[in-house]
Amino acid sequence: MIAFSSNLLYAAFFLYLISTFLFGGAIRDRRKQYEKPSKWAAAAISVTILGFVTHLGYFITRWMASGHAPVSNMFEFVTAFSMMFVLGFIILYFLYKVSILGLFTLPITLLMISYGSLFPTNVSPLIPALQSDWLAIHVTTTALGSAVLASSFIAGIIYLLRSVDQTKRSMKTFWLEVIMYSMVATLAFIVITLVFRGLQYEAVYRWVDHNGQETETTYSLPSLIGPNQGELLTEGRMEALAYVPAVIDAAKLNTVIWSAVTGLLLYFILRLMFRKRISAALQPLTKNIKLDLVDEIGYRSVAIGFPIFTLGALIFAMIWAQIAWTRFWGWDPKEVWALITWLFYAGYLHLRLSRGWQGERSAWLGVIGFGIIIFNLVFVNLIIAGLHSYA
Amino acid sequence: MERVNCECGHVNPYGTILCESCGKQVGKELSEKSVDLRYEGSARRSQTYKKTPLDRIWNFFSSVKVGVGIIALILIASMIGTIFPQQMYIPQNVVPEDFYRDRYGFLGQIYYQLGFNRLYESWWYFLLLAALGISLVIASLDRVVPLYFALKNQGVTRHESFMRRQRLFSETKVTEKSDKQLDFVISKLRNKRYRIREENGNFLAEKNRFSRWGPYVNHAGLIIFLIGGMLRFIPGMYIDETLWIRDGETSVILGTSGKYYLSSDKFILETYPKGQENVVKNYQTNVTLYERKGEILYGDTPRLVKVKDEQIKVNHPLRHDAFALYQVSYQLNELNKMTFSLVDKKTEKSFGRITIDLLNPEKSYDLGNEYKVEILEYFPDFYFDGQGQPATKSQIPDNPAFVFNMISPENPVGEKSFVAIRNTIEPGGDNQLQMKFENVEMKNVSALAVRKDNTLWILGVGGAIFMIGVIQGMYWNHRRIWIRRSGDAIFIAGHANKNWYGIQNEINPILKETGLQELTDQTDRKSENKVEGGE
Amino acid sequence: MRNRKTRFILRASLLLIMISAITYTLYQHFFTEKIRVQAGDQAPNFVLEDMQGNKVQLSDFKGRGVFLNFWGTWCKPCEQEMPYMESQYKRYKNLGVEILAVNIAESDIAIESFVERHGLTFPVLKDKDQAVTEAYDIIPIPTSFLIDKNGTIQKVITGPMTEKDIANYMELIKP
Repeated sequence: MIAFSSNLLYAAFFLYLISTFLFGGAIRDRRKQYEKPSKWAAAAISVTILGFVTHLGYFITRWMASGHAPVSNMFEFVTAFSMMFVLGFIILYFLYKVSILGLFTLPITLLMISYGSLFPTNVSPLIPALQSDWLAIHVTTTALGSAVLASSFIAGIIYLLRSVDQTKRSMKTFWLEVIMYSMVATLAFIVITLVFRGLQYEAVYRWVDHNGQETETTYSLPSLIGPNQGELLTEGRMEALAYVPAVIDAAKLNTVIWSAVTGLLLYFILRLMFRKRISAALQPLTKNIKLDLVDEIGYRSVAIGFPIFTLGALIFAMIWAQIAWTRFWGWDPKEVWALITWLFYAGYLHLRLSRGWQGERSAWLGVIGFGIIIFNLVFVNLIIAGLHSYA
Repeated sequence: MERVNCECGHVNPYGTILCESCGKQVGKELSEKSVDLRYEGSARRSQTYKKTPLDRIWNFFSSVKVGVGIIALILIASMIGTIFPQQMYIPQNVVPEDFYRDRYGFLGQIYYQLGFNRLYESWWYFLLLAALGISLVIASLDRVVPLYFALKNQGVTRHESFMRRQRLFSETKVTEKSDKQLDFVISKLRNKRYRIREENGNFLAEKNRFSRWGPYVNHAGLIIFLIGGMLRFIPGMYIDETLWIRDGETSVILGTSGKYYLSSDKFILETYPKGQENVVKNYQTNVTLYERKGEILYGDTPRLVKVKDEQIKVNHPLRHDAFALYQVSYQLNELNKMTFSLVDKKTEKSFGRITIDLLNPEKSYDLGNEYKVEILEYFPDFYFDGQGQPATKSQIPDNPAFVFNMISPENPVGEKSFVAIRNTIEPGGDNQLQMKFENVEMKNVSALAVRKDNTLWILGVGGAIFMIGVIQGMYWNHRRIWIRRSGDAIFIAGHANKNWYGIQNEINPILKETGLQELTDQTDRKSENKVEGGE
Repeated sequence: MRNRKTRFILRASLLLIMISAITYTLYQHFFTEKIRVQAGDQAPNFVLEDMQGNKVQLSDFKGRGVFLNFWGTWCKPCEQEMPYMESQYKRYKNLGVEILAVNIAESDIAIESFVERHGLTFPVLKDKDQAVTEAYDIIPIPTSFLIDKNGTIQKVITGPMTEKDIANYMELIKP
């Protein structure tokens, strides 16, 4: 069953890949939204829906096999989040019939699924605190809410690609390139991890943690950064260039540096290929789109996502926390970051009322909001220890 | 100065920008071409009067910009609070100041000194939340009242200038088909659940006005939630205690003023089967809840009446009479009973064994045949204090030590022996007898949190109202279509409080079918020009 | 003009309500101790056994002041103030002040050897199941309650006391 479930996920991955290209073909369409869309677009959205159904199939079969909602570790959560991201896109597509959304949403979905697959994919047993129906209710609602909110990032990116003047350098072009670079760096992380995993690379360090205890850590990438008083135990592996104090997780920092450097390398290869900024290279894709429409899509995704997010990440979260942890709110980092996300989008919705905050500024806010969501989903678990860090 | 008259005859309150009835501009000059209908051009109270200091405070909190500013401050403060762990999450047995300095160095020290280690409990964080609450109350009141009257007083026939300035607008020449066309449009709009008002052949079609109240409903929910949050500071609204209970023990439930007792039948710990045996599957305490009857005299033997048996697990608290007991932690294998035998050191002959209840040891144990063991001193959690004297750290038997006096027929005064775990001292020189450790019985201790929170229902009500409001405001939008004949032209203007594409997609197919001019988005042309100019 | 006046009154009273609610919460949160049994309250009545097995009930001391102390043998500050309490007890016993020292859930052996070591003559009560400790909401020890002749708590003292402190407190509840 688990194997079948994984195959469904692979199938979804390839269907998303195909529909990315189909959406590429569909963006030439310039007709009004309420008129019939082109054959390309129809094919693209059909394949996307098929992909989503397969993805949902993965989710359901895994749920059946493991006996609990597959949202209990990082792999499961990221795949569930990416599924909701596609669902959010499908909803927006039927509201606005804008193909270019798919051209940007699906590659990011692919990136997310690949990223999630790097984490251990085995079914992990549930600790007592997670054994509750609220696990499924809270996590899926939160994932859907954040995914719909994240769609405003897609709209924001499209808006910025279209509206930022690429003929001259500016702060705007710089930050847009930073966004492009972080995508590339994520891709780089996935690639190098897979490469070294293929090589079965392993380097074990013995080191001293902040309690003065000796422990061992296994590196899956060559060590540039070594742990506190680290001693390399595996022979024939690269010695670290520098060692960091115990408070910093050396293996994670090492991975970050690898991703950043290979990301930079990949970025420059792309720059050389295009002979211009990545965002300038992508700009022509957006030329058929109306700015007001993308702005509205961004706003609408926040308007749709905000209530769902509030329900899942705050209200359901509080109900469950009251049952499992005896208090509905405990200032756990994940809780605080959910509050931060909520405050951020509440701010966004209020700023929309002010003159001058629609359009480009809203687009930038959509990008920042996505950053906060990803930070909470991924980095709070990886960096900040808390009650939610079981992944 | 109190009233503003419009040429359509309607009398508007002071401060009005656009006539409530016909929409003609009556206030100060508008520079923008399209009108801003956020608050219907009505007089927002705070913006109108700027007189006393009180008005100034009011105006300050009424501003959306100030509200967003407060949100931003709370957001930044909350972020800072997650840089290092809050004090409640650091180990209990360390001095916080040292912890932050030792683990996070200089930055940690600064973090501690600025009080960020308890940021969310700080007075200034509380004041930020309070400011948000004030802003919610004032900003909502300031807008909802005028908005209500503006929507209530709106007229059907709108001034031409008002129509032309709408974002969605179209103009069609009147022909002989016009009457039929309009009838058709109106019936179509009616099918789409628009409410239609007519006045002299002019129309106003409106739907989902209730969604305009969404923001104020959700703000009301938030205010109730914040009030609930404040109430938990009132003494007695809120109890948070931890009850450690051993297997077989009956204990008063902390925080219930002696009214309830709990006995633990057994604590159970289960792990997953092979391969995952280091993961805990379940831990629970099987308990019986008792209520104490009669007048409560503390310390007296209580008269207990059983209320119920229950299994308390994580995610399955025991609830009774406004309080709840939660399984939060446990300690396995607390020492409970120790068995020693009295033996002759040389011959290893045993004269009998004693079992000591570590929570309440007897003073003396008679072994018969004139053999007897007395306990002279008992240290449940033994250590040597500053003066090198044996002492105890607590009343919990984590490391028990005894001073025994062993009495035998040969030695009726007795031989003294100090016995601790893996350590025996014989103060009177070499003894003939010895207390030989035989075995130990252990018990599990379960930790249950006792919680009472009388504010929960208020928070629940607040949360529910917030959700209703936010859905009402976000998932519906207020749409209006004005149709006016003016001379030989039919003006059609549309307005939505959000989702402009939605209204266009709803109206334009109808207009197209009828042969009337479709609504065009007047901002579109503007922005398109801008971008093309930039390229 | 009437409008303007009602508006002023409305705004002023709304702001006043909000500000006083906030001030009250701040005060409750930051300036009051969160203990259930406080000065001014009626001391909860209790009955406990002393070391001789006699039942001692608080209400029996109506008309006398009671110095109620909670302690444990593991608590060094408690041990320090025991001799002071003992010497003040000798002085104030005849002036109508009683000392009751409630031990928190320890074994008889531990209490007895402690009492013997310090030669304590005032009643030491055993709170085996911590029912009284819980009723008085004791968290840190030593904690002492000064109860006057009417059974009203005059003062709650947490932390160690000097002999002079104790003498002053005895004076406070002397009938």
